[in-house]
Amino acid sequence: MLRPMLRIGGLWKAFAGFVATRDVSLDLAAGETHAVIGPNGAGKTTFFNLITGHLRPDRGSVSFEGRDLVGLPPQKIVRLGIARSFQRINIYPRLSVFENVQVALIAHERQQWNLFRPGRSLHREGTLELLELVGLAREAAETAGELSYGKQKQLELAIALASQPRLLLLDEPTAGMSPQETAETIASVRDIVKARGLTLLFTEHDMAVVFGIAERISVLHHGVIIASGRPDAVRNDPEVRRVYLGEHGHG
Amino acid sequence: MPERRYLIASAVVVLLLALLPLGGSRYAVDVATEVLIYVLFALSLNVLIGFTGNVSFGHAAYFAIGGYACAILLTTYGWPLLFALPAAVVLAGMVAAVVGYFCVRLTQIYFAMLTLAFAMLVWGIAFKWKEVTGGDDGFTGIKLPAMLAHHTSYFYFTLAVVAAGIAALWVICHSAFGLTLIAVRENSVRTGFIGVDTRRMRWAAFTVAGTFGGLAGALFGMYHRGMYIENAYWTESAQVLIMVLLGGIYSFVGPIIGAAVLYLLQVFTNQYTTYWPTVLGLILLVIVLALPDGLIGLVARVRAYRKAWQRT
Repeated sequence: MLRPMLRIGGLWKAFAGFVATRDVSLDLAAGETHAVIGPNGAGKTTFFNLITGHLRPDRGSVSFEGRDLVGLPPQKIVRLGIARSFQRINIYPRLSVFENVQVALIAHERQQWNLFRPGRSLHREGTLELLELVGLAREAAETAGELSYGKQKQLELAIALASQPRLLLLDEPTAGMSPQETAETIASVRDIVKARGLTLLFTEHDMAVVFGIAERISVLHHGVIIASGRPDAVRNDPEVRRVYLGEHGHG
Repeated sequence: MPERRYLIASAVVVLLLALLPLGGSRYAVDVATEVLIYVLFALSLNVLIGFTGNVSFGHAAYFAIGGYACAILLTTYGWPLLFALPAAVVLAGMVAAVVGYFCVRLTQIYFAMLTLAFAMLVWGIAFKWKEVTGGDDGFTGIKLPAMLAHHTSYFYFTLAVVAAGIAALWVICHSAFGLTLIAVRENSVRTGFIGVDTRRMRWAAFTVAGTFGGLAGALFGMYHRGMYIENAYWTESAQVLIMVLLGGIYSFVGPIIGAAVLYLLQVFTNQYTTYWPTVLGLILLVIVLALPDGLIGLVARVRAYRKAWQRT
C-alpha cells in the first residue's frame, strides 16, 4: 500500500468504564471503498465519531493525508476534506430541501461571514446539480423533514457532498430503507464515489450491500477489529463466522 | 435583494410616518418616536433570538451602554453628535463582543442566565458609578445639537436613523451570514459538520445584536434628555423580549409589529389603570398558550384558514 490516506492507530474510547473502541487500527488507501461491519453495539458509530471530531479519543492517533486529526473540532476536519452522514438522519428538517444543500455550499465557500450578499441567491446552480445527483431535484421546494426516510438519507448525502470531500464517511447509509430503496441508494453511492474519485468508508449491517460494493471489509466486534481484508477472506474467516455472520444466520 | 413589493411597502410606511407631524399632534409624534426606537431595539434582539436561536435575558445592557455613552460623550465631554453617536454604538458593540465571548461558551438556559448576570453587572455599574452616570438620580440634562432640539426634528432624525438601522439589519439577516445563523439555530451539530464554527457565528450574532441595541439606546437617551438605571434593569430586558415574542421570532417583521403593539398597549393601558404589569402578564400568557409564532404567525394562520374556507 502507498502511504495511506487515513491512518488510524491504537484508538481507544471508553464511556464510564464501558470500552466502546479498543485499540482499533486501520489504514485506508486513497480511492478505496471500505466497509466497517459488526453487530449493533459493536462500536461502529463511536468509531466514526472519533474520526470526525464528534468525540475525542482517550488514546490513539488519527491522521488524514499526514495531518493529525485528534483534538480538531468537526468544522476543521470537514475543511480538510472529510465529510460524513449520520446513522440517525442529521439534516435541517424545517428548512427546504434546497436550503439544506445551499447552506452547506455557502459554508464550503466560506461565505458564512459575508454580511451583505443575499444568501438565497448564492449557489443556486450548484445546489440544483447536487440535488439532481442524488435524485431530489423535484423535491427542491419541499420541507426537508416531510420527505420520506430514504429521501432524507439522500439529502444528507447531498449535504455531505457539498463540502467537496475527498474522504466520505457514511454511517449506515441504507438503515431503515426498503429493499428497493437500498438497491437504488447503493447504486447511486457507487456511481457518485466512482465519478468523483472519492474514498469511501461506511458502516453497514446489510450483508448484501457490503459484499456488493466494498473492496475491503473490517469487522468490529465489542469495540475490537477482529478481521480486516478482502470480502472473500473476511467471509471465510472462522472468527468472523463465529461471532458475527453465524449470529445473524447469514453467509 | 428584497422583493419589490416589500421595498414599496417599506417606502410607503416611511412616507406615511414622515407625514405624521403635519397632523399637528405633538402627542402622536412623541409616541411615534418612542415606538420607532423600540422597534429597532426589538429587531436587534431578534438577530440573536429568532435567527440564531439564543434567548438573551440581558439585552437592556447594550441599550443602556449605548444610551449612557452617547449621553456622557455629548454632555460631559461636549463631543459633537456626529462622533458621539457612532462612538456610543461602537462601544456597545465592543462590550457585547466581550460579554458574548463568554456567553456563547454556554447554551440554552445557562446562556440566558449568563446574559442576565452580565446585564445586572452593567446595571450595578450605572447605579454605583455616580460621578459618571449620575447613579440612581439618572444622567440628566443631555445636550443635544440645536438642530434636533425640537421634537419634530428629533422625530425625523429618529425616523432616518431607525430606517437605516432596519435596512442594515434586513441586509444582514438575509445575507449568507444570516442564512448560516438560521442553520445554526436549526441544527447546530450539522452546521459544525458542514464546516462552520458555530460558536463564532453565535458570537458574531451577539455582537451585531448588541451594536444595534446600543444604537436604539442612544436614540432613547437623547429623546428623553436623560438615561436612568431602570433602562439597564432586567425588566427592560424582559419587556423587549416580550415584544419580540409577541410579534413572532421566525420572521423579520414580527418584532416590528410586536414592539409597536406592546408599546401602544402600554400607553393605552396607562390611561385607564396603573396595573400595566398585570396586563403584561396576561399578554405573556396569551403568547405562550395561544400564539407561539406571535402575531405574525396568527396572520399566517388566519390566511390559511381563509384559503381553506374559500376552497370548500
